[in-house]
This record gives sequence, structure tokens and C-alpha cells, in this order.
Amino acid sequence: MRPERIAVFGGIYSNHLALEAALEDARARGAQALYCLGDLGGFGPHPDRVFPLLHEAEVKVVQGNYDHAIGHGLADCRCGYTDPRDNHFARISYEYTLRNTSDRRRAWMRELPPELRISLGGKRVLMCHGSPRRTNEFLWESTTSTDFLDWLTREYEADVILATHTGLHWRRELQGGRAFANVGVLGRPGNDGHTEVGYALLSVSRDRPGVDVEIVSLAYDHERLAREMQDENLPREFVETILTGWWTTCLEVLPAKERRRGRH
Amino acid sequence: MHSASSPALPAETSRLARSGPAIALDHLDALWLQVTGTVCNLRCAHCFISCAPQNDSLGFLTLETVLGWLDTARRHAVKEYYVTGGEPFMHADLPRMLEAMLRRGPVTVLTNGTLFTERVLTRLAAAEAASAYSLELRVSIDGPNPETNDPIRGEGTFERAMEGIRKLLDHGFLPILTAARVWDPADEEMVRERFFTALRDVGCERPRLKILPSLRIGREAIRTGGYDRHHWVTEEMLEFYDRAQFLCSNSRIVTSRGVHVCPILVEHPDSLMGPTLEGSLRPFELRHRACFTCWHYGAICSNYGDIGRDAT
Repeated sequence: MRPERIAVFGGIYSNHLALEAALEDARARGAQALYCLGDLGGFGPHPDRVFPLLHEAEVKVVQGNYDHAIGHGLADCRCGYTDPRDNHFARISYEYTLRNTSDRRRAWMRELPPELRISLGGKRVLMCHGSPRRTNEFLWESTTSTDFLDWLTREYEADVILATHTGLHWRRELQGGRAFANVGVLGRPGNDGHTEVGYALLSVSRDRPGVDVEIVSLAYDHERLAREMQDENLPREFVETILTGWWTTCLEVLPAKERRRGRH
Repeated sequence: MHSASSPALPAETSRLARSGPAIALDHLDALWLQVTGTVCNLRCAHCFISCAPQNDSLGFLTLETVLGWLDTARRHAVKEYYVTGGEPFMHADLPRMLEAMLRRGPVTVLTNGTLFTERVLTRLAAAEAASAYSLELRVSIDGPNPETNDPIRGEGTFERAMEGIRKLLDHGFLPILTAARVWDPADEEMVRERFFTALRDVGCERPRLKILPSLRIGREAIRTGGYDRHHWVTEEMLEFYDRAQFLCSNSRIVTSRGVHVCPILVEHPDSLMGPTLEGSLRPFELRHRACFTCWHYGAICSNYGDIGRDAT
């Protein structure tokens, strides 16, 4: 069967509760195939809990920079942060995640593909982590020109490009009915003062040309996640983000417009 | 040498390597425009291209020229634009240039922060608000107080630049304070904290700070004694190295002379890649000692370059 509706999840960041809610939500909305664009660990508690959920639901997964780093036991997450404070928090979550991810899961992550390509209603959909050309490239809404995105779709021969990595969802219509979308992440809220997280639903129908990309806002038991994070002694700054919806760390990498939309 | 205002460089610094590794351009991600050439209202002791009020060895770009380059840049799918000088705010047409750029993509302006007027900032804030893209303003200050900054940048410049930051905040901008590392690297943590305090003192609740390594060429070669004999980039140094860290792998800069390989080397004849963007996209050989700094710290000129890993 050719799927007409798929769900695409961004970074999970060990948020197994949001993943569980997303799987249920996507099924209820009629998604026929499920995808994840990588960064399974980091930030949240109990990294090994996401894997059984992914396998059971047959989610196809792209390798994120975090998965590559944890899989290979690298010295750091290769998140691309440049500020010492960002790197301080990145190091705490990376060391926790590496310590708590089993060898079996790490071996599986090492084998994940850097991209997935599917056809949806005859449209070529390219799924990657950061950008088609670089796993840890940040494609922010306010620092990525449309000229550049048009070029990416031509160069990488895709009608729709989907990415995650930045943590903030956005999308842009491109030349010739093409589109780019950052599907956001399940791992933490989108720095908007709401505790919900998000994912993308892509649909095609016989009545309309093109692919419809909808960003779904998803509530989950974020208070339970916060308790689990506290019990694991993860930084209180991380817990605050889960409970308030505002980013408290890794802010220095945000461009001006995205930074101003947040509280910190 | 082109100008009486540029003192002679130490021989060790101005000499090029006979050959160096060639860096190919992957894609033209960033187009830089040196809109005021080497003309600046300040004369900083560490300027790597010896900018000064009378140094017009590289001149202004006209508005028409800049608009022409923007058209060309579009064909190359440029991702973002950087505007530098000299001091860009000396250019009467800067607002119109930035308005045109913000219709095409994100823009970053490198400024000393001493020439902002209400009229221009109001106009730029409106241009950014009307655009999907960010307008970043990077304000150069090289010490967290007048005692450390002014000997480098000139008498009174700390107060003037901090006043500039205050004006930017008033207009809704979140400036990035950009400092060259002219202090002892052992003091880095303390200096950083003092910068944050100085920014909070002018009402900046979300201080953004970018620290650049010092580039020991131009006037900075005189101040520091330039590079050491062994400071070259060799092929061996690029083994297991991510070449995307070099600005020349993803950027070019336009000056009044044509298209150069990077903003750091514009005063050096071999940096001129040609009169057109099309003709400037060939690989560049890393023969300069300043290339060593770029290798060491990586993409130092970009907003989010991988700097600050260590402070050697």
C-alpha cells in the first residue's frame, strides 16, 4: 500500500513519555508510516526507554549527530555549540546519556542511515537530521534564505525536505510547489511558553496537488517527565524548560529573531 | 605597499609559504560585502587590515554596485550576507543596502557601534520586522571596561560603543558583543564575566558574546610581533580535519577591487580571486600565516563559528 499520510518525529532527547503519546496520536490521526529524524538521546531521563517504543511501532529512524556520537562513544555530542555555557550543559546530558545507553542500543544507532527517501503521492520526500548536506547544520527559520532552500531541493533532488536538529519547527513554501519543513522535536517544548511538543503529519490527497505538511502540537505527561529528570539528578535548568516551555540552556546558538521570541 | 598609513609588517608575517593545501569552495553559503573598504572612524591597534579614517586603499561600494552583487548572489543560492568595512555605518546608503539584503536573506553587520543615529536604527528595526530574516549587529569592544578597551580601540570608545549597544537595545535589537582576545588567555573566564556584567549594566538582560582570536597581521602584527616561524597550515594538519571550518570553503567577500577569498586577507594581492563571483569560486591555497588561526579556531568570522574551544 502506498501511504497517503505519514508522521515524522524530530529529536526525542530521551523523552519516552512524549514519544509514547506521539505514537498514539499519530495512529489516531491515520498515519500509515512513522519516521524519526534522529537525536534519540540527550536532555531527558532513561535513554534506553525510547528504543522498545520505536521498534514496536516500526519507526524508521535517521541517524542524528547525537546517535552517531553515542553510538561511537565520541568525546562529545557534536551538537555544534560554540558557547562555553552551552557546552557545559551539553556535556552533562551527553555523559549521562552515554553512561545509561546499553551497548546493544549503541550498536544499533551506529548503523542508522544519514537520510531516508520516500515517495509520497508521487512527491520525493527527503528526510535528514540537520540538512541534506550536513548532519549538524542548523537550518533556522531566520537565517536560511529561500534561495538556499530552493538550491537544496534542486541539488538533492527532492520535492519536500524534512529536518530537525535546531529544536524549533518551521516551514517554507519553495519554487515549483516544493517545500522545506523543520518538524521540531518531541524532546523539549519549542521555547514558546507552552509545555506541548510537536511533530509533523504529511498528507497527500487526490483532490490537491503537493504535500500538505501540518505541525501537530502534542500534550503529554510533562510533569511526570520532570519528576523522572529530578530523580536522575539532571540539571534543574532542563527540568524548568519541561515545566515552563521556555529554553533555559543552549540559547547562544539561537539567531536574533528566534532568541527574542523566548524568555531567556 | 599601498598606503602611507600602513606601517611595514614584520618580515616573518608578510612572507607567504611557497605552497599550501588548496581549499575548494563547497557552496557559496555566505557573501560578505566590505561596503566602506578600509575606511573607519577609529584606528584600532589590533586591526588586521589597518583600517583608519584616511586609509582608502579599499574604497566604498556604491548602492548600485551592492544591488548588482545581490542579484548575482541570488543565482549562487547564497544563504546569508555579512556587511563589514572599515565601519559600515559611515556609508550613507547603508540602510537601503540592508533593506535590499533583508529581502533576500539574513544579514549580519560588523560595526564599532559608535555611529548609530535614531533615524537609521528606527529604519533598520522596521526593515528587520518586515523581513523573515534576522538582522544581527555585532558590536566590537575589546575589553570589559575603558581601561582595557580604550588602549586598543581609542580614547572614549568603550563608553561610546556601550552607548551604541544601549541604543540597539532601545530599538529591540539583541546585539552580539564581539571581542578580540587581546587579554591573557588565562584570564578568559574573568574577562567573560566582566563583559556580561558590563552588558547587564546597560540593561542587556540577554547578553550575547563572541570572542575572536587575535589575527596577527596588519596593525596587529606590529602590536603582537606577528606569527611564529612554524605557523603555517600543511597538508598533514588537514588529515582528520573538517575543511568546512575554513571560511574559504563556503564564503567570498566583495571589495572595491573585486572578489576576495576571505575578509581577513583582503589587503593581500593573492586574495583577489577576480572581478566576478563566477570567477572567484576556484580553490584557494592556504599560504598565509593567518590561515593558521582559521585552522586552529575554525570559521572565526561567522556568527556561529566554532570558537572558544580553547584559549591558546
